[in-house]
Amino acid sequence: MKVLVAIKRVVDYNVKVRVKADNSGVDLANVKMSLNPFCEIAVEEAIRLKEKGIATEIIAVAVGPTAAQEQLRTALALGADRAILVETSDELNSLAVAKALKAIVDKEQPQLVILGKQAIDSDNNQTGQMLAALTGFAQGTFASKVEVAGDTLNVTREIDGGLQTVALNLPAIVTTDLRLNEPRYASLPNIMKAKKKPLETVTPDALGVSTASTTKTLKVEAPAARSAGIKVTSVAELVEKLKTEAKVI
Amino acid sequence: MTVLVIADFLQGQENAAIAPATLNTVAAAAEIGGDVHVLVAGQAVGGVAEAAAKIAGVAKVLVADNAAYAHLLPENVAPLIVALVLESGAKGYSHVLAPATTNGKNILPRVAALLDVDQISEIISVESANTFKRPIYAGNAIATVQSSAAIKVITVRTTGFDPVAAEGGSASVEAIAAAPDAGKSKFVGEELAKSDRPELTAAKVVVSGGRGMGNGDNFNHLYALADKLGAAVGASRAAVDAGFVPNDMQVGQTGKIVAPQLYIAVGISGAIQHLAGMKDSKVIVAINKDEEAPIFQVADYGLVADLFDAVPELASQL
Repeated sequence: MKVLVAIKRVVDYNVKVRVKADNSGVDLANVKMSLNPFCEIAVEEAIRLKEKGIATEIIAVAVGPTAAQEQLRTALALGADRAILVETSDELNSLAVAKALKAIVDKEQPQLVILGKQAIDSDNNQTGQMLAALTGFAQGTFASKVEVAGDTLNVTREIDGGLQTVALNLPAIVTTDLRLNEPRYASLPNIMKAKKKPLETVTPDALGVSTASTTKTLKVEAPAARSAGIKVTSVAELVEKLKTEAKVI
Repeated sequence: MTVLVIADFLQGQENAAIAPATLNTVAAAAEIGGDVHVLVAGQAVGGVAEAAAKIAGVAKVLVADNAAYAHLLPENVAPLIVALVLESGAKGYSHVLAPATTNGKNILPRVAALLDVDQISEIISVESANTFKRPIYAGNAIATVQSSAAIKVITVRTTGFDPVAAEGGSASVEAIAAAPDAGKSKFVGEELAKSDRPELTAAKVVVSGGRGMGNGDNFNHLYALADKLGAAVGASRAAVDAGFVPNDMQVGQTGKIVAPQLYIAVGISGAIQHLAGMKDSKVIVAINKDEEAPIFQVADYGLVADLFDAVPELASQL
C-alpha cells in the first residue's frame, strides 16, 4: 500500500525559545530547526511498514516554507521514497494544512496517512483529525501500536488512564504518540542518496486550497516567571517548609 | 449566545461516570457567558446525563444514547455534534467546548474541520467571548488569540479553570436522535492502568526521577515516597531514554504536561524540555547532589543532597 507521511519543520526541542520584545511572536532568527519529534516517529513507522512488506511506497509531505526541504530530505534519508513540499511563506493554521494535505491525498490516493499527534511549536494537536474529517477517513490518534490486517487497521491508542484499541477501515489516518517506536538515525550513505531522490514543489494556489484563517494571534508573551526559591539544608527543614509555608502536604 | 459543552466520561465497571474535566470545561463556558448546554453522547449514559443535569450553571442536557456513540468514536460522534450545531441555526450555538482530554482532543478537531472553522486548542483563560489565552511551545510562551469564526470550537486545558460545583444545578434533560453508525471504525478493547497511584496529569502530587536515579530498580525509592504522598510517579526524558522506566512516565515537552500542587524532582538536572512539562506546578521541590543543576532555578525548595539518603529519609518523615 501507498503510505503518505506528513511532516513539519519546527524549532528543535532543545532550543529555549524567547518571546520577541514587541510580543509579535517567538524569535526564530538563527535558531536550530528540526523535524518535529512526533513526525520523526511517523516517518519511522512508515519505514517499518515498508520493511515488513506492507507499505510499497512512502511519500513525505510538508506544508511550509522553502527551508522545509531540509526536513523532507531528512525523511528521504531515513527511507521515504519521494517528497512533496506544499510551499508557502505564510504561517498556516491546522485547518489550512489539513486542506493542503487533503488535496495531496486526493491526488496520490494513499491507503494510510501517518502524522505526528502534534507539533511542538503550535501545540495544536489538530491536523490529523482535521484531515480525517475532510477525507472522511477513520482516525487512530495517539497511536502506540499499528497493525495492518487485510483491509483493516488495528490501532492501539494512548488514552487517559490506559490504552484503547480500535479497528479502522482503510484508508485511514494515524497520528503518532511517543511509545509507537524509537526513530532510527539516518546513515551518511543514505543522507547522500537522499539528495538524488525526487522532491516536488507545489503551492496551495496550484492545489486550489484556501489558506484563510478565522483565528488571529493578538500577542505572544513570556509566561509568568517563577520567583527564585530557597535552599533548605536538611530533609527535616524541607518537610517543615512544605507543611507550614507551602501548605501542600 | 449559547455554549455547547461536550461531556467526557469515565467508563467504569458498573456505571459510566462523568469525567471531572467536564466540570472545568463548564467553568470556562460560564466565563464566556450565555446559556450552557451539555451534550452527553454514549451508550447507557442515563446516569451520566443525570449527573450532568446537577452541574451548577448548566441550563440543558442533551442525551444521545446509542450503541454508535459507545467509547466516543470520533467518526460517529463528530457528525452528531456538527448536526446539532448546524440545526441550532444562527441564534444557536456560538461555541463548542470540550475538555482537552484524549477524548476531547480526538473528537473536536474533526468537528471543527467539518464546520470549516479553526479550532483553538487548550485555552487556559477566557479574555472575552472571542479572545482566549493558550500556551504554545509547551508553555514557554502564551499566545492571546482572537477568533472571527461564527462558531468557536475550543478545547479547554483543565488546569486553567477551577471546576464548578458538581451539585446544585437542575438542568432539563432532553433526548436527541442518533445518526446511524458511520461504519468506519470499531471499538476492539481497552486496557486501563490498574495502578493504585493517580494518573500523572490528574495527580495533586507528582514525584519524578531523572538520570540521577542510576537504574530502574532505584525508582522503587520514588514509588515508596509517592505512596506516602498519594502521588503519581514521572520521569525525565533522560531517565526514559536510559531505559530506566517506560515512555508513558515521561514529563516534558514531548511527554506529559503536568501542573500539580506539589512536584518533587529527584536526580533531575532540569533540561529545558523537562522544565516545559512541569514549570506550572504550584510548588516545586528539587533534590539533587549537583548544586549547579538548572532545576534549582525553578525550584521553590532546593535540597542539595544525595538522593539515596534524602528520599528514604523524606519518606520516613511523612
